[in-house]
Amino acid sequence: MVPATLLSTVDLGWMALLSPEIASRMQFGWTISVHIIFASLSIGLAPFIIYFTWKDVRTNEQRYARLRSFWVKVFAVGFVMGTVTGIPMSFQFGTNFPQFATIAGELIGGPLAFEAKMAFFLEAVFLGVLLYGRERVADRTYVLSSVLVGVGAWLSGFWILVVNSWMQTPRGYEMVTRNGMEIAKLTDPVAAFLTPRMPWMYVHMMNASVIAVALLVAGVSAYLVWKKPDADAWNSALKLAVVLLLVSAPFQAVHGDAYGRHVEDTQPQKFAAMEAHYETGSADLHLLAFPKSLDALTDPRAENLFTVSLPRVGSFLASGGDFDAEVIGLNEYEENPPVALVFWSFRFMVGLGFLFIGLALWGGYLTYRGRLTESTRYLKSMIAASPFGYAALLTGWYVTEIGRQPWVIQGELKTSEAVSSTLTGTEATLTLVGFVVLYIALILTALYVLKWLIHGELRSLGVQESSAGRWRGPLPWVTSDD
Amino acid sequence: MTDPLIPVDTYLVDSLPEVWFGAVVFALGMYIVLDGFDFGIGMLYATRTDEHERETFLAAFGPVWDANEVWVVAFGTMLLAAFPCVYSRLLADNYLLALGFVVALVFRGLGPELREQREDERWKRYTDYAFVGGSVFAPLLLGMLAGRWLFGGATLPVVLTGVGLVAVSIVTGAAFLAAKTDPGLASELRSYGVGATVAYLGGVVVLLGTVVATDAGGAASAVLSLPVAAVVALSIVAGVGGSVLARRGRYRAWLASALALPTLLTLLVAVLLYPTVYPPTGLLVREAVVSPLALNLVTVLGFPVLLLVLWYFKFLYGVFSGPIEGEGYGG
Repeated sequence: MVPATLLSTVDLGWMALLSPEIASRMQFGWTISVHIIFASLSIGLAPFIIYFTWKDVRTNEQRYARLRSFWVKVFAVGFVMGTVTGIPMSFQFGTNFPQFATIAGELIGGPLAFEAKMAFFLEAVFLGVLLYGRERVADRTYVLSSVLVGVGAWLSGFWILVVNSWMQTPRGYEMVTRNGMEIAKLTDPVAAFLTPRMPWMYVHMMNASVIAVALLVAGVSAYLVWKKPDADAWNSALKLAVVLLLVSAPFQAVHGDAYGRHVEDTQPQKFAAMEAHYETGSADLHLLAFPKSLDALTDPRAENLFTVSLPRVGSFLASGGDFDAEVIGLNEYEENPPVALVFWSFRFMVGLGFLFIGLALWGGYLTYRGRLTESTRYLKSMIAASPFGYAALLTGWYVTEIGRQPWVIQGELKTSEAVSSTLTGTEATLTLVGFVVLYIALILTALYVLKWLIHGELRSLGVQESSAGRWRGPLPWVTSDD
Repeated sequence: MTDPLIPVDTYLVDSLPEVWFGAVVFALGMYIVLDGFDFGIGMLYATRTDEHERETFLAAFGPVWDANEVWVVAFGTMLLAAFPCVYSRLLADNYLLALGFVVALVFRGLGPELREQREDERWKRYTDYAFVGGSVFAPLLLGMLAGRWLFGGATLPVVLTGVGLVAVSIVTGAAFLAAKTDPGLASELRSYGVGATVAYLGGVVVLLGTVVATDAGGAASAVLSLPVAAVVALSIVAGVGGSVLARRGRYRAWLASALALPTLLTLLVAVLLYPTVYPPTGLLVREAVVSPLALNLVTVLGFPVLLLVLWYFKFLYGVFSGPIEGEGYGG
């Protein structure tokens, strides 16, 4: 093969700083982090798109046409970004983690193929109609296309989470030897696809996507309302987003609490890492934690932290009512996940979750008083909060995925054993650097496109903006430019 | 605990592993045919300087490319579902090729999508580079990956397979565009299409000759067989016939025979693979396939959906059939 031979003859030893395993893990983590932003954008935006399209076709009101047209454009860019960043994901099971793909092929291959055939095609085909077909299909077909795009996005999430939840709580298989290799043989499809984790994960992730997108819609709307207070369409969009947040943000907290108990039940090691709980025994609940020293930041342990804790409430929550329930500690395990990442990610996510509830209640109160779009302070807060839904979503995934380490399939296969044996450090480092550079460019481009769309919208609302349409200018959530 | 509707220890039909070999090749074929003309559009795009012509090309590409591209995901995941060890080894053995291909797809897909976001000459130039570059490298690297799949490490056959996929993509891209644009542009496209047809047919003959001469990957005996001869003969008929039809201005008929070329190329891949599923490793279809329950399940749940997907495509191409008007399809 030309590229490989060329590269291996060139001395790139200085580049092989990372082992194939570390580089592969960083690459997968990085590429999925970027992909998940766009995938959840499709999931969260789907209800908005369906609603605006339906209202537009139904009422023929200008403001719904405006909202549909704007958010379909955002959806389209997000979907293309999601497609092009999604293909490398399934490829990396083969290129970087072939042992995992071989061993788990019978369990993960089916769901991934269903994802492509049931969901991805549906989304891609009918997005073509939604984007280019307004004049070519009947109204009813057009609305139906928006629904099918949405169904595709939510089904896609379903099959991907079937795979992921199987990796967390594997069921429905037995280990057998084939072609001289231990592999997982599918024995019970229902158990394998609907593992105990599946419903928890699906509800939590779909709702997280709705929250993240509701915050984004609210932020964009708030910015436009702030610039143009009588923009009808954007007043309605802001209200809609706040109403959606009022439902989804508190629900996420209640659901997340029960989800945590389930994790303690099924993955006690992950739960212990989330709480930095080392000694088996009753556990306190650390509501707030601050590191006493730099060490405590990288190696959080209860004794190294200033904590605001509720004694034994950890046990109470984990067991669902028993203050003395035994919570297994990290000392029981030979190999643990990077506790600091899991511990702080978890706190970051939960903290943001409560912030969202606060913003939702504040917005609900203002709506009740009929002053939602008049409070500049609220508008500015929502503009500032617009990227935070994604921050919460990503840190939540870090808890789930990093917390599962050292396992790729919980209790069955370690990540270190899943990595390709033919991969060299040079190759892996090279592609890692490539993906980092490429995807940073991609994210920046996506942010610029969003900015241009917002400025285009401002122009069509008749607002003269000095920075509109130029290369330079503040990002939409930078509020100090006024 | 097992579903009585699906047999656990035996395949639904005896030949199910072979059926799935066929299904995986079918998905690959759909990808090579459909995204192939997208790549062709992207490469021919580089020959246009007129903004209106470029927008016409993008209008032909816009509504369908994303759906076409999903076939590569369908191919990959079906290969993983039915032959996981082949999926793993093929991609792990060809690490840089495989990831190079997906990165080329990133550039190809984002170029046109981003282009329309901004009225700025420099911005358009950069996004055009991404579109054209991605459209060249994606088929080249995918073809090389296919070459490695069939012939193992030998360099010349691998490169020739890549170049062959590039050439056949130009043929189908030119024929697709000719069928959808005005006669003046179509006759210009025709000359690119005919040239690429000649290059493609010549390339296939040289490729197979090289494989016989060097016995690359031990494939010489597979090449010297009646099915391969039949596929090559049919390709020549389709290529020559298509070129004649193109010269006569019968562009829809040309498109039909042009699309036969990548279809036959896919058949050639199938003939050269079977009965192994990864020749360099000598792994047979029956050795690599998953256990009966897993295969039966993806059959029962997957095949009806595959039929539905084919219907979606019929619908999509129905909505966007016919020549491109003025400013494209409208948004």
